[in-house]
Amino acid sequence: MSKKILIADDEQNIVISIEFLLRREGFEVLVAGDGEEALAKVRAERPDLVLLDVMMPKMNGFDVCQALRADPDLSATRILMLTAKGRDTEVSKGLGLGADGYMTKPFSTKELLAEVRKLLGM
Amino acid sequence: MLDAPVLIAVSLLYLGLLFAVAWWGDKRADQGRSIIANPTIYALSMAVYCTTWTFYGSVGRAAVSGIGFLPVYLGPTLVMALGWFVLLKMIRIVKANRITSIADFISSRYGKSHLLGGLVTIIAVVGIIPYIALQLKAVSSTVSLFLSYPEIVMPNRSPTLPVAADISFYIALILAAFTIVFGTRHLDATERHEGMVAAIALESGVKLVAFIAVGVFVTYGLYDGFGDIFEHVETHPELRHLTSAIPSGQGYTGWFALIMLSAMAVLFLPRQFQVAVVENVNEAHLKRAAWLFPLYLLLINLFVLPIALGGLLHFSGQGVDADTFVLTLPMSQRQEGLALLVFIGGLSAGTGMVIVETIALSTMVCNDLVMPLLLRHQRETLEEARDLSGLLLGIRRGAIVAILLLGYLYFRLAGEAYALVAIGLISFSAVAQFAPAMIGGMYWRGGTRGGALAGLSAGFLVWGYTLLLPSFAKSGWLPDGFLTQGVFGMELLRPQQLFGLTGIDEISHCLFWSFLANIGAYVGVSLLRPPEVAEATQATVFVDALKESGPIGAVLWRGRAKVSDLQELVGRFLGPTKAELAFAGYARRHGVGEGNALEADARLVQFSESLLAGAIGSASARVMVASVAKEEPLSIDEVMHILDEASQLRTYSRELERKSRELTAATLELQEANERLQELDRVKDDIMSSVTHELRTPLTSIRAFSELLRDDPRMHLADRVRFLGLIVSEAERLTRLINQTLDLAKIESGRADWNACELDLKEVIEQSMAATSQLFREKEAHVELDLPDNLPLILADRDRLIQVMLNLLSNAAKFLTPGSGRVRVALCRLADQLEVCVADNGPGIRPEDQELVFEKFRQVGDTMTAKPSGTGLGLPISRRIVEHLGGRLWVESVPGEGATFRFTLPLAPVQEQAPALAAGG
Repeated sequence: MSKKILIADDEQNIVISIEFLLRREGFEVLVAGDGEEALAKVRAERPDLVLLDVMMPKMNGFDVCQALRADPDLSATRILMLTAKGRDTEVSKGLGLGADGYMTKPFSTKELLAEVRKLLGM
Repeated sequence: MLDAPVLIAVSLLYLGLLFAVAWWGDKRADQGRSIIANPTIYALSMAVYCTTWTFYGSVGRAAVSGIGFLPVYLGPTLVMALGWFVLLKMIRIVKANRITSIADFISSRYGKSHLLGGLVTIIAVVGIIPYIALQLKAVSSTVSLFLSYPEIVMPNRSPTLPVAADISFYIALILAAFTIVFGTRHLDATERHEGMVAAIALESGVKLVAFIAVGVFVTYGLYDGFGDIFEHVETHPELRHLTSAIPSGQGYTGWFALIMLSAMAVLFLPRQFQVAVVENVNEAHLKRAAWLFPLYLLLINLFVLPIALGGLLHFSGQGVDADTFVLTLPMSQRQEGLALLVFIGGLSAGTGMVIVETIALSTMVCNDLVMPLLLRHQRETLEEARDLSGLLLGIRRGAIVAILLLGYLYFRLAGEAYALVAIGLISFSAVAQFAPAMIGGMYWRGGTRGGALAGLSAGFLVWGYTLLLPSFAKSGWLPDGFLTQGVFGMELLRPQQLFGLTGIDEISHCLFWSFLANIGAYVGVSLLRPPEVAEATQATVFVDALKESGPIGAVLWRGRAKVSDLQELVGRFLGPTKAELAFAGYARRHGVGEGNALEADARLVQFSESLLAGAIGSASARVMVASVAKEEPLSIDEVMHILDEASQLRTYSRELERKSRELTAATLELQEANERLQELDRVKDDIMSSVTHELRTPLTSIRAFSELLRDDPRMHLADRVRFLGLIVSEAERLTRLINQTLDLAKIESGRADWNACELDLKEVIEQSMAATSQLFREKEAHVELDLPDNLPLILADRDRLIQVMLNLLSNAAKFLTPGSGRVRVALCRLADQLEVCVADNGPGIRPEDQELVFEKFRQVGDTMTAKPSGTGLGLPISRRIVEHLGGRLWVESVPGEGATFRFTLPLAPVQEQAPALAAGG
């Protein structure tokens, strides 16, 4: 059974590119355009991994991450934060809130795939 | 009922009351619970300025010259309002040096000179005697008026009246006795006369109440208020000049002279110096006195003119002396109670003046005239006596009697030739002679003993020649020829037209010549040689009195003295018990064990000298101290060196204070600057973070698509084309972002180029519409234009305005719903500006976001629509452009109904519009 991945980002072109990449690698891909939608889709679809952008409308990535980690049912969901703000404080804040990994934009597709596979234990 | 026994009984009762108050005041002072430590009492005691001259004489003056009675009250008012700092400095100097009188002040300033102190005393005594005569004249004429009641008979005195039958003589004696009891019951010249001040303050209250009572009686009892009196005057042409506001009689020169004279008098009259300076308890009291004393003067003068006019109208042609109106008006109406009150008021005014003045004068006579003479000729007797305080009291009592008798003598000689006010002015002119030496001494280091002696002598001689001797001549005691032909028949020396100076009144005349001589001699002689040691020392003490530093006098003494000798010396003059107390107190304050220090230091010598100065004057004190202390004389170089060091120390400490203030200020500034920098740093960080965020986002897509294309050579053509297209558009977005960031940075830093020219805004809008028409066509939007012709031109940068319009239009296009979008672009003229509006029917902007859209990188997105594809800089740039052009850009919106962006621009200046309008029309 293929792993299910949710892409949460409000930048359409980024979503398109990652979606294309992950589908090609055989993942099942879901998309959310803002924080609230992302949270709802995680609860409804139970993806194995969430690629979470930090700067999103309605609810930012940190808040989504915190909400997910507060829910014991979702403890198995891996979270990979993606952000265009590459400062150290942001990285440690994300990890402190319970994210499993962190990638700074722009990233190489190879590294993204490697990180995704690592988090999914593949 | 107003017969002699009643009068005598009432007078004695009143004097007894005063004495009781004084006794109580002294007692309270001994207990340390002063009743005069009160600014109101202080101000009231200063009102001892108002004597019978004010109480009776002002009305007399007003009856001759209308408001001509006023200038002698304007002078003090000006001094209190504008010159209080002179008074403050005098108080500081007096307290620091234990000065007891004005003679002591001047002698102390110019090197503790006996000669100078004596001269000042003589001038003061001679100058004040007419003034005391004035009080005797006023009090005795009121007594005689009473004695003939109910008839009103002007006191008709013949110069041949034997002294024993003259009522004034007895009044003088009673006043002398009263003053002796008042001021010299015990020797406490080192302290103040608290009881006397309390009694004087009470008298000031009594005379004010009495005068106002008469004023109210005349104004509202005899007549129907101020208006009624002035209406009556209108019917008497001969009185009309009195109600004129223009100074009549003396002219403006006279007014100026009187104001100057009274300003000096209120500072330098011995009794004013006594109450305002020597008796001052707390210099903070000066603050209230600065307005309360002038207010007192105003109140006591309020009814002068009504009483004078009322009296002139009432006694028209009856030969009643206007100086007596205050009393004769109530008498003529049989208002016995009021008349008695007036008598008490006049008695208050007279006794108050006589008591304070003679006490002050007797202190001067004792300390600055008799003591120095005794020191010179009876040194051995003085040095042998154990306790001299009895002798000191005796000298003062004798001086009091002598001064009052001299006053009586002057009254006998010259009293009849002059009105009350004229006599007073003679005295004012005498004490005014102190002004150059006093003021110069407080503010000029260069004044010397010789200068002060020369100035005072010259001024005094001129005063005597031009004012005092003529007063005798006018009374018939000198030949008339003295006035009309001058001395030895030399017309140039006519005392009241000296050197041909005519056309001004005698007071102005005297003031002019005496001050010319006084100031000229003072400055001239002072400049002849530099100040000597003692003069330089005292100059520093006086001139720098307001600077904060320890007493400098002590530093300037070097020598050897025994504590026991000093204490014994002080004990001889103050009494052994007092001396012991004073020395014990000194030891306590300075942490010295009693009697331990056998060798006195400079400060203790200084302390002893100042104790003695209180009792016998500073000059005598110096001589006496020198007799027990072996002083090693300092050379002028040494003194100047010490003074230099002291002033250098002061300079250093001022410098230090200034530096420390500057440091504190600098620290504060640094703190603020640091906070500002941190704030700026945070803002910069935020912007940098925003910018990098905005740059990284398109880069992420570009890199991802590029890698996808690279890694998959067999990708479908459709995907390939689509991805390449996205790469290009993201690259364009990146370019736009970089350009706009730089643009904004340029505008914000003020380095942007602005090419202002006259523009037709309509044309700019149409050009922008053409450039964006494609956007609206794509969304199938309905575009409505409302652009009237012939609007005035504006002065602006065309490219920048097009940039704003393009931004607003593309923004509007971006948010339109495809198919149903409507956009309206309108241009209209307001008062002095044009307004452009771009309205769409898109989703609108929530009220809380309406300002946010103008912030950098703050796109207000809504996920229901696609994320706006702009850079987040378009609106911030547009707003800055519009503001730079002098306008305003804002948005109005109701969410769901669309948004309307509006901006205004000012019109071009008028003169440049006309040809453009013509061309347009």
